[in-house]
Amino acid sequence: MPEVRVVNLTKKFGNIVALDNVNLVIHDKEYFSLLGPSGCGKTTLLRLIAGLIEPDSGEIYIGGKRVDNVPPEDREIGFVFQTFALFPHMTVWENVNYGPRVKNFDLKAAGTIGHEVLELVKLHERLNAYPNELSGGMMQRIAVARALAAGAKTLLLDEPLGQLDAKVRNEIRYEMRRMAKDLNLTAIHVTHDQAEAMSISDRIAVMKKGKIVQVGTPQELYMKPNSLFVAYFIGESNFLEGSVVEAKDSELVIELRGGDKVKVFGEGLKKGERAVVVVRPEVFMVEQKKQGENVLKGTVEKISFEGTFVRYEIKLRSEDSVVVIRPSLTEKWFEVGAGITLSFEPEKAHVFPYPETSLAEELSV
Amino acid sequence: MSAKKPLKYTMYLAAVAVFFALILLPPIIGIFIKWNTIEEVLGQPALMHRALIAVVNSFVIALFVSALDVVAGVPLAWLITRGKSKWLNVLDTFADIPFIVPTAALGYSLLLFWNGPEGLSALFGGSLISTGWLLVALLHFTFSYPIVVRVFVGALLDYKREYEQASRTLGAPPFIAARTVTFPILKPALIAAFILSFARSLSETGATFIVAGAFENGPVFLQNMRNAFSNGLVSQATYEGATIFASLILIVTSLSIFALIRILGSRLRLPFNRVWPSIERKLSYTKATASRNTVTLLVFLAIVLLPSLFVALPAFQALFTEHFSAAISGSGLWTDYWQSLLISYLLGAIVTVIGLIVGLPMAILIARKKFGGFIATVLDLLINVPLIVPSIALGVSLKFFWQSFAFMPEFILLIFAHLAITYPYIVRSISAAFERISVDIEDAARTLGAKPFDVFRTIMLPLTKYSILSGAIMVFTRSVSETGATLAVVTNLQTAPVVIVNWVRALQNPALNANITPSVVGLGCGILIVFSFIILLLLRLITRGKGRY
Repeated sequence: MPEVRVVNLTKKFGNIVALDNVNLVIHDKEYFSLLGPSGCGKTTLLRLIAGLIEPDSGEIYIGGKRVDNVPPEDREIGFVFQTFALFPHMTVWENVNYGPRVKNFDLKAAGTIGHEVLELVKLHERLNAYPNELSGGMMQRIAVARALAAGAKTLLLDEPLGQLDAKVRNEIRYEMRRMAKDLNLTAIHVTHDQAEAMSISDRIAVMKKGKIVQVGTPQELYMKPNSLFVAYFIGESNFLEGSVVEAKDSELVIELRGGDKVKVFGEGLKKGERAVVVVRPEVFMVEQKKQGENVLKGTVEKISFEGTFVRYEIKLRSEDSVVVIRPSLTEKWFEVGAGITLSFEPEKAHVFPYPETSLAEELSV
Repeated sequence: MSAKKPLKYTMYLAAVAVFFALILLPPIIGIFIKWNTIEEVLGQPALMHRALIAVVNSFVIALFVSALDVVAGVPLAWLITRGKSKWLNVLDTFADIPFIVPTAALGYSLLLFWNGPEGLSALFGGSLISTGWLLVALLHFTFSYPIVVRVFVGALLDYKREYEQASRTLGAPPFIAARTVTFPILKPALIAAFILSFARSLSETGATFIVAGAFENGPVFLQNMRNAFSNGLVSQATYEGATIFASLILIVTSLSIFALIRILGSRLRLPFNRVWPSIERKLSYTKATASRNTVTLLVFLAIVLLPSLFVALPAFQALFTEHFSAAISGSGLWTDYWQSLLISYLLGAIVTVIGLIVGLPMAILIARKKFGGFIATVLDLLINVPLIVPSIALGVSLKFFWQSFAFMPEFILLIFAHLAITYPYIVRSISAAFERISVDIEDAARTLGAKPFDVFRTIMLPLTKYSILSGAIMVFTRSVSETGATLAVVTNLQTAPVVIVNWVRALQNPALNANITPSVVGLGCGILIVFSFIILLLLRLITRGKGRY
């Protein structure tokens, strides 16, 4: 039931446009992430949905009901703050029972719910502890339990893992998804960590400067980024500048800086236009083709060993650098200074028109 | 490094020594010097009874007024910090006005407003509120109300709104959220506000004396005894005995009340266990908030702001009389006035400078726990003593102490008295500022090669200068408006508030000085207020938003 929909939503803080005419539908029971660099408006959007701030214009619907003028306490949402905001003067039990109490639930029912949610987050034995006696991970789970106990059908999570250390973070993120799925909740999860968003979300909205750039499943965003920014923000990419020298339907030949020519597929580019070719580091093949199309020659400049992979920084003839990632155990390593020949399949690269401002500006957060 | 360590510790030890020698011990010793005169009072049951009644009155009024302050002041603080109108900034400034008007002028202003024929009473044909306990209570409400507002505005600005937002998203309407989450978390600020206004009400003398009439609370009783002695109505022994008796009860009772509040305060749970969702929901939204805000603003305007500024009326009228030119040229009784003003501001400046010098090392010592946590806590408690001891009692005991040094000029005595009263303000504000700054920053500067003094000069001083400045200005204004201890200490010297008090007394009793007319007093108060206003303005300019860390 709780589908969340925002229509033409705009919010300004003074002269700063935090959210610029945003439209978005989040389906019922979906685990949805709002992803973007800090200052992109993702937290503003979440707070608007929660009713913690008021929009300048636009509409917000939760479960088909328009809620812009409904105070947060009547929106049937649960909000988990980055700092958890557990009430310091109440015990775990009082925190968890707060929602049922202020919503005037029947006391017995409230008690049952309290025990259920604490069982769910496996913290039943810490009932009488005060928040300052708990670890970060525990506080996070209590914050979720508290939101659930209040009967939330929509869970709004504002960087809920941001305060936790890396190990705990990785454990808890799957737990959060599992819990949301088990309880049939709609969850909206704000994060700046693309790996986190990719690993737990059904769908992700990538945001930049108050606007939504692309909405899609993690695979769609990774395989078919609709912009240089998404290609840059999701995963890792190499950006090669050049201009279109041949254009036949969607088949393009791009002459890169330094003179190499590559074939790629892309729409909307005409002959003579400047373009940026995007190639992910794992797309490059090494020493497979010596010449022909999409072959780039260069020198290994830097090697770093990352466990599963070896990462090379390679300087091309054009003086551009590209990053190439290869498996570390099944292939022979290259030495620094060694010549290397790279190639890639046209279908696996992306091409975008050169941005109106500059590449650096377009990728800047 | 090791060679400098002793030097550093010498500085801190000196600060502690100064504190004990100049501020904490003299009033205590002063009382014991005159210990034997208490017998004098014990032999006069009627006088003892009168003293006891006066002290009880003090506490009843202080308790009643402080409770009322919290009830009336918290909604205004809420409105100032949470409201959306741009006028709230103006309101915020207005809320400081009674704070900055010297209490003696405030007392006269209230007297005019509630009691004088020119004031509100004109509408009712006769004086609306006669001098006495009700007017004293109103007066105390007026000057302590801004303290509560100021403390609570600060607390609300520092408060992490997320707690309240969390409560809202869990289903609590605003009223329940405030009552069950915000207020319990801000309880320390509520207690601090209560204590400050309580202490202020206990010690205020000048203005209370003006509006008290025949009514006596502790400070007024002490002042009456003093006047009776100087008019030859009671013997020196009776005067001293009664003074020591009343001061001792005042001090002991207020210290025990504060100890009680400190102990019980942290255990006290605000009534939050039950909620009444349907009723409290009604209190949360538009209609209820609008009427609450209206009542809050009305109380503020009618009981606090208007009466405080009412003295401007006769002051303004006086601009067109011969008094104004007399005042400007400084002739007649104005010679004394300008002299007293000069003394007040000179005294304020000297006290501020000395206070900074002796207070700074103490503040650092407390904030950085230089001699360990236990000593820091003990010192932290001790520096508050002058704050909660009624200032007139402090003045009296200081006088008894320093009297034994016959060579002590009165002005020096005044400096000591004002230093003792303002010391907690300066130490408090600086140590709070230091505590807010992480030790890591100091350590970072040290690892980059700065010597301890360089760290202080280049890192801590720039980061805390606004707190130090506002502390200094607080000391200055407090010193300039101080009346109780000043009256107790001086015999010949007159500070500006003392002159105002004397003038008002002459107004009430023309036999004392027939030259004093309402427009003279109005003008005198007006000039004092204008000067104080300029200081308030400076304070605002200096501590405004930017540059606060």
